Amino acid sequence: MRVADAIRLSQSGVFSQKMRSFLTALGIAVGIASVVLLTSIGEGIHQFVLSEFTQFGTNLMGINPGVTKTHGTPGAMISNIRPLTIEDSLALKEIPEILGVVPLVQGNGPVEYKEKTRRTYIFGVGHKVPEVWQMRVMGGRFLPDDDPRSARPFAVLGSRVREELFKSDNPLGKLVRIGGERYRIIGIMESKGQMLGFDLDDAVYIPVARALSMFNRESLMEIDILYMKGISTDQVIKKVKTLLTGRHGTEDYTITTQEQMLDVLGSVLNILTLAVGALGGISLFVGAIGILTIMTIAVQERTSEIGLLRAIGAGRGQILLLFIGEAITLSAIGGFAGLLLGMGGAFILSIAVPSLPTHTPILYVFYAELLAVFIGLLSGVVPAWRASRMDPVEALRSE
Amino acid sequence: MTDKGILIKGLKKRYGKGDTAVDALKGVDMQVSPGEVVGLIGPSGSGKSTLLKCLGAVIEPTEGRMTLGNKVIYDNGWKVNDLRALRRDKIGFIFQAPYLIPFLDVTDNVALLPMLAGKPNADSRKLAVELLQALDVAHRAKAMPSELSGGEQQRVAIARGLVNRPPVILADEPTAPLDSERALAVIRILNHMAHQYETAIIVVTHDEKIIPTFKRIYHIRDGVTYEEAGEGRVFE
Repeated sequence: MRVADAIRLSQSGVFSQKMRSFLTALGIAVGIASVVLLTSIGEGIHQFVLSEFTQFGTNLMGINPGVTKTHGTPGAMISNIRPLTIEDSLALKEIPEILGVVPLVQGNGPVEYKEKTRRTYIFGVGHKVPEVWQMRVMGGRFLPDDDPRSARPFAVLGSRVREELFKSDNPLGKLVRIGGERYRIIGIMESKGQMLGFDLDDAVYIPVARALSMFNRESLMEIDILYMKGISTDQVIKKVKTLLTGRHGTEDYTITTQEQMLDVLGSVLNILTLAVGALGGISLFVGAIGILTIMTIAVQERTSEIGLLRAIGAGRGQILLLFIGEAITLSAIGGFAGLLLGMGGAFILSIAVPSLPTHTPILYVFYAELLAVFIGLLSGVVPAWRASRMDPVEALRSE
Repeated sequence: MTDKGILIKGLKKRYGKGDTAVDALKGVDMQVSPGEVVGLIGPSGSGKSTLLKCLGAVIEPTEGRMTLGNKVIYDNGWKVNDLRALRRDKIGFIFQAPYLIPFLDVTDNVALLPMLAGKPNADSRKLAVELLQALDVAHRAKAMPSELSGGEQQRVAIARGLVNRPPVILADEPTAPLDSERALAVIRILNHMAHQYETAIIVVTHDEKIIPTFKRIYHIRDGVTYEEAGEGRVFE
């Protein structure tokens, strides 16, 4: 039999039983729609989280005190970890591939202006924050390039703090008390929004040495580095390690690149996408059982039809092909409807709940349709095989 | 080499082995010439179904010889290679019920067989339409089976049996569900087609209405056939 005729016969079989075919295809459609919708949400969250992290750039690395690797040294021994210092950050500036260094100390404290007080994040940083963290100053300027060890008491406000404390007043040049000390406001940051629920605008930026004193710390929490694009990350790491190990005598710090962080985050988020997709897969499994049931009933109902086809010379392969063709047609139609439902659902969801990001990659759509066809194939094989084994004369006489 | 007419000689069929073996056919002889319509009559359990299956190349006989014209189909254990293709190309079936595929129109139902053989759809439909014209149902060519009367359905089934111009047609109780007038009409059509296409037609029947129409009748009893001259009444 010609392929076109086989397709036409299979399609005729499907469309002759409209209600039954509709309900069967609906089962697959709901399954595929669930898979597409849930993976769209999973993928949307994936992309959202990654974009939240990459908003600071990708040619970044952070240095933290201490090591994450386990060594054989007994824990009872005196720690030989040297803290990260402002001097370390100044030394790192000398590496030619490094464009900017931000020493960082972070804490929480009150910011007071007249009768108003707001508890907010306080970042003790250097002057390179706008370049390294890719943040922009909306008004005034960022902290000046003072000697970080004896910087002047200047502060830069996040846009949220400015709104809360000054409303529509211009805060530039005004004095505020941060952690009980007086600071002059010299700049306001442009709004950066939230990152994973953390309000980046609800913060103030002060010189790092003053933050160390404010939080009674002797060392930095982190040093962030922006390096040149197009330069090998490994090359930069090597130079940073040579410098810091030379200064500390040992490798008592951990370097985390943005790439490493995104890799780890990406694999976690992939598992999340897979897990939500698997939940949708349960619906798809139910749909597959539906096709199996309907095709089994169809074979029983159509005994005479199969007997006739066999009697007039249809081969077992041709019968198999026709019934599998019907199952595949049903599942392909159901799958396509499911894609439309799932993508439509994702679109409506993104409008109705803007904070819940959705994204339907075209590759997933292709895979979902392939999956639907594969399920049709699997569900159709057993009934089709039974049909193909029927004795033609007995099948006709049993009617 | 012609494949017209059917000749079977000493056909035997045994089911099972040893003590439980059953001899359904014990030596059947039969000859049907091109253009001839013969009756095959026998009570239940006489071996009629088994003979029908052997003639239709659905099962193989244990012994004996069967030829279509000069072409040997079975010969004492030897058989032609592809029985399915033989069934498709050389043997037409007409059943007690029309068994039309409900979701195909009349033309597609008739064209089904050449389609299965891989003929282009247009050619298959052309063959079908020719036969529908010959059987006077061409005006229902686009109708669905459910829209046809019983007589029309049976004529469509006859067209399907003839569409590949098979040298042999096996008609299994083709008039059972029909009244006398329609039953005789079907026999008239079969005789006409047998004559026109030089087809050998074997009609298995219990139908008293049509038995007098055969010129020759084979009786089968306990797996053995006996030939008898019929009245050939309708066409005298």
